[in-house]
Amino acid sequence: MIGELGGPLLGPGGVGGLGGPVGGQLINLSPHLPILPIIVPVLAAAFMLLLDERVRNAKAIIGGLTTLALLITSLMLVRTVTGQGVDGVPQVLVYRLGDWGAPFGIVLVVDRLAALMVLVTAVLGFAAFLYSLARWAIVGPRFHSLFLLLLMGLNGAFLTGDLFNLYVFFEVLLAASYGLLLHASGRGRVKAGLQYIAINLASSMLFLIGVGLMYSVTGTLNMADLAAKSATLGPGDLALYKAGIAILVVAFLTKAGMWPLSFWLPTAYAAASPPVAAVFAVMTKMGVYVTLRMLMLAAGDQGSGVADPTGVVALLSPWLLVGGIATIVYGSVGALSSRELPRLAAYSTIISSGTLLAAFGTADERVIGASLYYLVASTFGVGAAFLLSEPIGRRRETEAVQVVEPVFGDDFETNLRSEFEGYEVGVVIPGSTALLGGAFVVSALVLVGLPPLAGFVAKLGIMSGVLAHESVVSGLSWTVVAAMVFSSFALLLAFVRKGIEAFWQTGEDVTAEVSSVEAVSIGLLLSVCIAITLAAGPSLRYIDLTSAELAAPVGYSQAVLGEEP
Amino acid sequence: MELVMAIGIGLVAASGVWLVLRPRTFQVIIGLSMLTYAVNMFLLSMGRLRIGVPPVLEATTNAAALADPVPQSLVLTSIVISFSMTALFLVVLLAARGLTGTDHVDGEETNQ
Repeated sequence: MIGELGGPLLGPGGVGGLGGPVGGQLINLSPHLPILPIIVPVLAAAFMLLLDERVRNAKAIIGGLTTLALLITSLMLVRTVTGQGVDGVPQVLVYRLGDWGAPFGIVLVVDRLAALMVLVTAVLGFAAFLYSLARWAIVGPRFHSLFLLLLMGLNGAFLTGDLFNLYVFFEVLLAASYGLLLHASGRGRVKAGLQYIAINLASSMLFLIGVGLMYSVTGTLNMADLAAKSATLGPGDLALYKAGIAILVVAFLTKAGMWPLSFWLPTAYAAASPPVAAVFAVMTKMGVYVTLRMLMLAAGDQGSGVADPTGVVALLSPWLLVGGIATIVYGSVGALSSRELPRLAAYSTIISSGTLLAAFGTADERVIGASLYYLVASTFGVGAAFLLSEPIGRRRETEAVQVVEPVFGDDFETNLRSEFEGYEVGVVIPGSTALLGGAFVVSALVLVGLPPLAGFVAKLGIMSGVLAHESVVSGLSWTVVAAMVFSSFALLLAFVRKGIEAFWQTGEDVTAEVSSVEAVSIGLLLSVCIAITLAAGPSLRYIDLTSAELAAPVGYSQAVLGEEP
Repeated sequence: MELVMAIGIGLVAASGVWLVLRPRTFQVIIGLSMLTYAVNMFLLSMGRLRIGVPPVLEATTNAAALADPVPQSLVLTSIVISFSMTALFLVVLLAARGLTGTDHVDGEETNQ
């Protein structure tokens, strides 16, 4: 099937041109829609590796078109899964790679959750890529390719229905993220990168151990098939299976930044260059996503009429709930202690992960629905905060981007450095201080969860869901609410302090320099935040249906396993 | 054979964990490599340990007399990936040594 796909898609012309002929050509491609978010960025990235570093305009155009194509593709995916399926069964797209049948071949599965995550990645990726064009893309080699490969790994991880395939995509996105974290080099980045790589290599091994254990007792790697087979395991095998799933989830909780596994996160995220850190915000959500996926597949009754037949949900939810609360508290204390905006944004990421994990720990359909809404809002909020951190910091001390002498003499870097002086894409827009201030307030409102923006709607939804839900692990529901209120309060204090320091402090007043490209990308993220608040009705309906679909994964399993090749 | 394999994996993994927790970057990378070996052997043994049986299905063989080919292909993938990751880590390790002037994982000596 990949071979057939090669015709219309392969070659740089096809990739670059994807943004253009949407009307005519993509309709023929519609059965191949699920593979596009993976294959388009990888082809564009591979092609850009062939180009010389100095043709950065061409690279910027190819990269921009690719991220735009990803945005369009993900919108089409969302539209497809929103369409009415047969007999009211939710629409789930299954793409069989190489046309091999489900339990044996590798499948890509697009349900509402996967489509939503791909869309979030695409929006954030598009904004961050645009932002990077202002200056960051050229301070080190091969930024564009690495960036697209990271997006490809994320999309693959969201779309795949196969556990080992997930490992491969996980490694692809990690490898790209190592390169991106080290992008622009410098002592701080290399130090943070060293620890980041070590912890991720270790967690990949936990992932492999988990996969191995699960395979050894079920003989399958397909997620839907795993859920079905695990329901019929004997007690001895079931213990191994549960151990496997627990070890696997630990690997992803490390990625999501659950408290004791999250000490690497603030340093790494604060050290990364702003556009990279913004995309990293969605990387933590990948860990959260896989945790939710494992949880919900295990929760289905698999036709036996008993919910949670394997006891995996009962095993994981208390850990998620308690771990989530601890993460929220850790993130809040960290947010209070951080002086710089990148660090504050990194701790906001941790708080966001903690809130999501605690919400998943309740294993309640309503709470999970509200938490998915929170996931979208907080991801964009954190992304905008990371992007804002640089222009705001530039206002105080206009220091050039750090380009430190590389360890290994690279002609390219030294050449670039001279070119970098005064390089700026777009015009520096006037009135930028007011604009920056406004954007800062909006992103703070989303993250803190104050009305009238999406963060408030989401947090309110989670809290009311938690309180209405009786059977939450006894007595912890009030603790969840208290932790969330505390985190909002801590973030409010931290953001207000940072805002006063950045905008109201007297002293030499330098006009902030924001290039139009940066302003547009930050504005894009924040307007999405505002849009999902204004269109809260449709977006909440989509998300409610998503959580309903997750609560009854029969549709997912049937779509994956039901069809004969 | 199972016992020997289990003890071997356990020893390699334990040495790996100990080395990963050491303060020098070189110890960490050797520790990660040892952990990789242990995990790869573990993954291979998850398809049941069998000697002298082919993993390739032919018309004449019955399925019970075969070794499971899936873990073997998984191990192959994971070897390739972890090998390349180790190489990448090595580069970062050297860069960190060059930039910070020390091979301590924190980039600075703690006991001075």
